[in-house]
Parts: sequence; structure tokens; C-alpha cells
Amino acid sequence: MSKEIYERLAKEFPESSLDYLEGKDPAISVNADDLFEMALHLKEKEGYDYLSAVTGVDYPDRFEVVYHLYSMRERKEPLILKVSASKEEPEVASVTPIWPGANFQEREVYDLVGIRFAGHPKLTRILLWEGYEGHPLRKDFPIEGHRAIGQEEPS
Amino acid sequence: MQRMETGLRTETITVNMGPQHPSTHGVFRMIVTLDGETIVDLEPVMGYLHRCQEKIGERNTYLQNIPYTDRLDYICSMSNNMAYVMAVEKLAQIEVPERAEYIRIIMVELTRIVNHMLAIGALLNDLGCFFTPMLYGLRERERILDLFEMASGSRMMCNYMRFGGVRYDLPPSFMAELKSVVAALPAFIDEFERLLTENEIVLVRCRGVGVLPPEKAIAYSCTGPLLRASGVDYDIRKVDSYSIYERFDFDVPLGRNGDVYDRYLVRIGEMRQSLRILEQAIEGIPEGEISVKLPRVFKPPEGDVYHRIESPKGELGFYLVSDGSTNPYRYKIRSPTFINLTVLPELCKGHKVADVVAILGSIDIVLGEVDR
Repeated sequence: MSKEIYERLAKEFPESSLDYLEGKDPAISVNADDLFEMALHLKEKEGYDYLSAVTGVDYPDRFEVVYHLYSMRERKEPLILKVSASKEEPEVASVTPIWPGANFQEREVYDLVGIRFAGHPKLTRILLWEGYEGHPLRKDFPIEGHRAIGQEEPS
Repeated sequence: MQRMETGLRTETITVNMGPQHPSTHGVFRMIVTLDGETIVDLEPVMGYLHRCQEKIGERNTYLQNIPYTDRLDYICSMSNNMAYVMAVEKLAQIEVPERAEYIRIIMVELTRIVNHMLAIGALLNDLGCFFTPMLYGLRERERILDLFEMASGSRMMCNYMRFGGVRYDLPPSFMAELKSVVAALPAFIDEFERLLTENEIVLVRCRGVGVLPPEKAIAYSCTGPLLRASGVDYDIRKVDSYSIYERFDFDVPLGRNGDVYDRYLVRIGEMRQSLRILEQAIEGIPEGEISVKLPRVFKPPEGDVYHRIESPKGELGFYLVSDGSTNPYRYKIRSPTFINLTVLPELCKGHKVADVVAILGSIDIVLGEVDR
């Protein structure tokens, strides 16, 4: 499905390292540095006006943000973008200026997975409270034991 | 601080609406900045019902997650079941028998009617018409919930669908009862419309309130009746048809102005279309198997999938990452109302406090799904 778009994108952005990922839902892996430019291009030139979902995933070697894009006006094939972020300082560009619908979703990814979105208008926790420590959807988050609010270490 | 023409000094004040507020349909807070009665700014605050469903989903096996999906949008448990099992079926490439597909469609469309009844009833509650329309809706809803109970054993937390089919076959008296419910519903919707559609108070309170232009609706990733009331023809049942929806003949009701009133009309229209689908499904439902046999220890192959359905409130999607084990590696819920709320501040600015309540009611949120 997104093979043609991938080829067009590769032509448009010759310097960036794109990758076509086979799978049940084929996806395009994008360099974190080029994400914003590419997202803008996809919206303005390819007609992907609808950002459905933003997901953060914690893999053993990296963080990944997955964007599910559709086109409401042109009814195009779905397009999936995947962006990797480093384990130490995970940060990718915010796409909220392009698709305002990403606002709460990026805040949720920041809240639960701990990936920062550069350029987000208000990157604060959304589901958990301010002052909460840790990001529960990370794989190293302790799922057993008790911790009182404000207590440092899980006991 | 600003000066009005009268020369009087005025100030904006900040008011908390909620978390405990009868109009917020649960525990949901809005921090409202007011200039007199007019909304200058609004900030939604959520998370009071957060249960970390996604983390629990990673701990559970695939099968154990089905009852948890009931508790997302607790009015539409059947649609949630369907979205999740279809995502897993896509992941593991499971074929569903024909009869099970029909049963699913029947259940999901009944759910849509239930949801829209309650959405309209709650909207009228918010407008100050306390409980008469709501109870009319609840009365009819109870007949549908009886059907759910006949099929699944539970009124609301149905836990009915399974990978590759449904849990139980329909009991013998189900189809007769379903036919009588479907036959009785158009008269009820007519009655509802007689009460409300031309009602002067409804018109005054709803027309031109909370107008959402189509471009903005798309940009803010709105889905469901909220989007279609703005005139964007986007129904996933048509656009990205799943299950056996392409066999049914139905229309997608659209609004023109994108205000609260159009959202009400779209919901009424969708109930009528759901009835059309139900009539066709009653005609077409075949005999046969209701599920496929799966291994006792269910391990889907590695990979990631996203599957979305048109739930009554909008696009409900599940993004699953499998590492080949018995539990999902990542279990993400794309809940429609959480994302529809992104546009709430834009809808409310410039309106009065009383309109905020109507606008929130017209978005139709369920906090179990917003907070997950």
C-alpha cells in the first residue's frame, strides 16, 4: 500500500534515511530529524489530513512513536510512520502544529511512555497527576510493590 | 483586566467546572476562564478514572483482555469487544464464520442505538430537560439490554465476542424478540423526534451553538457523529469497510452546520440507519458455526497491527504489538472521545457557561474511555 508513497517520499527527501517496513500493516520508518518536514509534506502535498493515532512503544533497544495517517478528503490508503527515539533522551518533534488533533495524544505518550515532543504547546501530564514519578508504560516500570504518593523508591 | 465602554473595570475569573458536576457525565474537570458569563478559555482536565488499562493489557493474555474492553466505554461494550477481537484476528489471520459475523453486526448496531438514545437523553438533561427524554431512552434501552442478556448473560458488561467468533450461539427465542424490538423502535424514534426535533427550547439552545467547521473537525482528528455533523462524509463502515458491512445497504447521515443541533439530528439519523442494517441482518443471518476452534494457549505471530471500527462515538482502534508470546507486547487503545475532546476548548470559546454544558453533552463522552 504505502510502497508508492514511500518511493515518492524517498525522491522528495533524498538525504534522509527512509525505510520501508514490510508487515501486516506496512510502514515507513522515518528519521527523527526529518519527521516534521516530512509530516508537513504529507499533509500539504499528499493529502494526509487526518492523524488518527499517535502511539509510543518501549522496545528493548529504542523507543518508537507510531503515527497512523489517513486522508478524509481524498480517501487514500492509510499510511503509517514510525520514528525511533533513543533510550536515554527520547525526544521527537511535535506534529501538533501540523495536525492539532495530536495535542492530547502526544501529551498522553509523554505522560505514559516518557517521550518528549519538541515544540509541543503544552507538554504536561494528562492522565496522571503533576508530580507523578516515572512513566508507567515503560517496560522497566515496577508492576508490583507499593508506593505511597510522594515516596521515592518502590518498597 | 480590560475596560468596557462603560468605563467600569472588569476582570476575568477562573472557575472549576467539575470534577464533581452533574453535567460532566463522570469525573471530568474543565478549568474555565470567564469574562462575565462568556468563556475566554477552557482547559479540560482528565485522568480521574485512569486505571492504566494499557499496562494491564500487557500483563493479561490476549483472551483476558476482552472483559477489560467492556469497561472502556461501558455503554457500548459490544463495539469495544468487536474492535479488539478484530484487531487480534487481523494479527493472527483468523477467519470468522458467516453466522458469527451477522451476530456481531446485530449486536454492534443495537449498541449504536443504545448509545445514541443515551447520548440524546443526556444532552437533554444537560439542557435542563431533566430526565423525561432520558428515561424514555432508558426504557427502550432496557429492551435491547434484555437481548444482550439473552445472548451473553450480562446486560452491560457483555464479554461476548471471542477471537474467531462469538462466545455463545443465540438462544432460540432471541430472533423473535429481536424482530419485535426492531419493529417497535421506529415508533419510539418518531415519538422522540415529535418531542424534541421541533421543540422550541431545543432549537434555541442548540442551533448555532458550538459550531465546528469541517476543516477544523478534520484537523482536530474528530470522528463519529461529531465529525459527520460538520458535513464530512467519513464513516469507517463505508470508507474502510470491515466485517461484512459492504453487504448492507445504508446511508451516512450528515449535518450541515456542525452545531449541537446537527449532532442531535445525525444521531437520530444513525439510529434509523442502524435499524435498516438490523432488518437486513435479520433477513440474511444464516445457520452454521459461531466460532472457530483456536489452540488453548493462543500465541499470535510476531508483528504489529492497527484495526479500527466505527464505534457509536467515533473511530475506536486498537494498536497491538505482538512478540509471539501469550501476552501483547503493547496494547494501545485509540479511544474516540479522548481525541474528540481535543477540540472542546475551540468549540466553547465565546459561548456562555450554560452552552459549555450543552456542547460537552453533544460530544458524548464516557469517562471510562477518555481516561482508560
